[in-house]
Amino acid sequence: MKQYLVLAVKNLRKRGLRSWLTLLGICIGIAAVVSLISLGDALKDTVNSQFNIASVEVISVQAGGITGFGPPGSGVSKHLTKQDSDAIERLSSVEFAIPRNLKTVSVEYNDKVEFVMVSSVPNDDKIDDMYTLLDIGVSSGRLMERGEKNLIMIGDSLADGEKNSFERDIGVGNKLKLNGEEFRIVGVLEKKGSFIIDGTILINSEGLKEISDIGDNVDLIVVRAKDKDSIDDAKRDIEDLLRERRDVKIGEEDFEVSTPEAQLESINEILTGIQVFIVIIASISIFIGAVGIANTMTTSVIERRKEIGIMKAIGARNKNIFYQFFVEAGLLGLIGGLIGAALGIGIGYLGTTGLNIFLGTSTKPNINFILIISSLLGSFIVGSISGVVPAMNAAKQNPVEAIRG
Amino acid sequence: MMGELISLKNVWKIYREGEENAVFALRDISLIIKKGEFVAIMGPSGSGKSTAMNLIGSLDVPSKGDIFLDGHNISHLSESDLAQIRGKKIGFIFQQFNLIPNLTARENVMLPMIFQGSDEFEREKRAGELLKLVELEDRVDHLPSELSGGQQQRVAIARALANDPEVILADEPTGNLDTKTGEKVMDFLNKLHNQGKTIIIVTHDPNLAIENASTTYWLKDGKIDKITKKKGKNKIVGNEK
Repeated sequence: MKQYLVLAVKNLRKRGLRSWLTLLGICIGIAAVVSLISLGDALKDTVNSQFNIASVEVISVQAGGITGFGPPGSGVSKHLTKQDSDAIERLSSVEFAIPRNLKTVSVEYNDKVEFVMVSSVPNDDKIDDMYTLLDIGVSSGRLMERGEKNLIMIGDSLADGEKNSFERDIGVGNKLKLNGEEFRIVGVLEKKGSFIIDGTILINSEGLKEISDIGDNVDLIVVRAKDKDSIDDAKRDIEDLLRERRDVKIGEEDFEVSTPEAQLESINEILTGIQVFIVIIASISIFIGAVGIANTMTTSVIERRKEIGIMKAIGARNKNIFYQFFVEAGLLGLIGGLIGAALGIGIGYLGTTGLNIFLGTSTKPNINFILIISSLLGSFIVGSISGVVPAMNAAKQNPVEAIRG
Repeated sequence: MMGELISLKNVWKIYREGEENAVFALRDISLIIKKGEFVAIMGPSGSGKSTAMNLIGSLDVPSKGDIFLDGHNISHLSESDLAQIRGKKIGFIFQQFNLIPNLTARENVMLPMIFQGSDEFEREKRAGELLKLVELEDRVDHLPSELSGGQQQRVAIARALANDPEVILADEPTGNLDTKTGEKVMDFLNKLHNQGKTIIIVTHDPNLAIENASTTYWLKDGKIDKITKKKGKNKIVGNEK
């Protein structure tokens, strides 16, 4: 075996550019697979943090179901109410329920206007639960307390003069006009990597009532189950309760109770779709690579016909010739795989670093030994399989004819 | 018969047999080559001498008739069995040298030993010795392209000797060399003959045949036209001139 490898390496070193170009297919295929897998987890983490799915015990309830791309509660005829929220909180499987409102308001500062989705925080003891639930803190200033109707907190990217429309950094002490009314910033939220939190304004629920027409309507009720295991019970209890309160039958619900698992599921479905797509592309390019190797090996057999004849004259049996070309093809595949894997790891690192910088997350690329070994093994096997037919052709050359060249 | 190394018995080689344009390369050839002989096969192109060489060198099998190598009938062996036999018993030297271009002199000499399965240490050692024998000990790691024609042919001689074969079969060994280097190559072949090897050269050059070989078979139109034998022992070209 060793001598075949030595010979194969020597032969490959003599190869022209054309042979190496045929490796491109294998390279791209392996690079796609390796980068996909190493990026995969980072991608999931990032997407999850984007949608701020942190706590798994949290259930969200909204009227009308998920009907479009508008904020929760928009375009709904029969709104949820504070009373619904209180009723939910009385369920035994529920720890607490927080009614929330989300409203798009005009925000004016520095004579510039931007429309921002503001989010209410409760004006009672639930305010602390709310902060826990959203897992937020401040990078400057302080958190709002109950009853502070004229104060607001702003998200990290809204504070950044390069990211907001006000062309100026804003921070604690600055006053913004929300729908014409003045509010003072008391805190800037820590960067979360979620566009929902980073771009929002948090406002006292009474304060929001005064600048908008929400009245007693509630856009979203955020519910925390007693513990992880009771999350399904809580979901069922809430559904039963709301059916009764809103007088609808099973299957005709005009509200939606969704768990983070369900949300995760739909996101993961999309990610799986992307993965399948990349795997298909990878398979196609690996197939093209395999055809390329078969092609270059066939050419090589023709070019080295005389050499095959000489080898046979000095005692090479058919199997010696076969192994020679077979190993060479495998090695070609392996080299393609090596370059591809290196490329894939590079893309994995670059991609995760890029995502981290862009979104402020800190995920690491998932590169493991097994992934590398199996992709290299795979490319060697693809190469050798592509080499089978050319190697058989080489082996069955007639020595007398072959030696004439 | 004692001392008989290769014998051809009523051998025919017909290409495209049965077709209209069939070529009768050899017609009913019989000859016997004894151990330790220096034989030349002579003839113009188209006489069938290349075909004869292929059959004697077990590169090919006859259409009709039998070929015996060391007492074994090799006429009906499979290609792989033939390869194994010629690798062990026959050392080839070609007009075009036919070294493997990607391999160094030493690696070229080691190649026939690989196919016979000898171990690596043994191969290296023997390749070194053989290259010393052909006075190329300072060129072992050179590629064929870095060697002159005469040096390449000497590497080919070393390679032919790798598995210590009974027979050296040389096809126009001096055909691509100038007179002086050609003589040096013939010196080596004669030296090997004196050491007891059987040498067969195939050539169209009557001088080369007459000056070196003890028996010369003259081929014409696929038949043996005549056989000439040389008396006396003085076979070294350089001394005869």
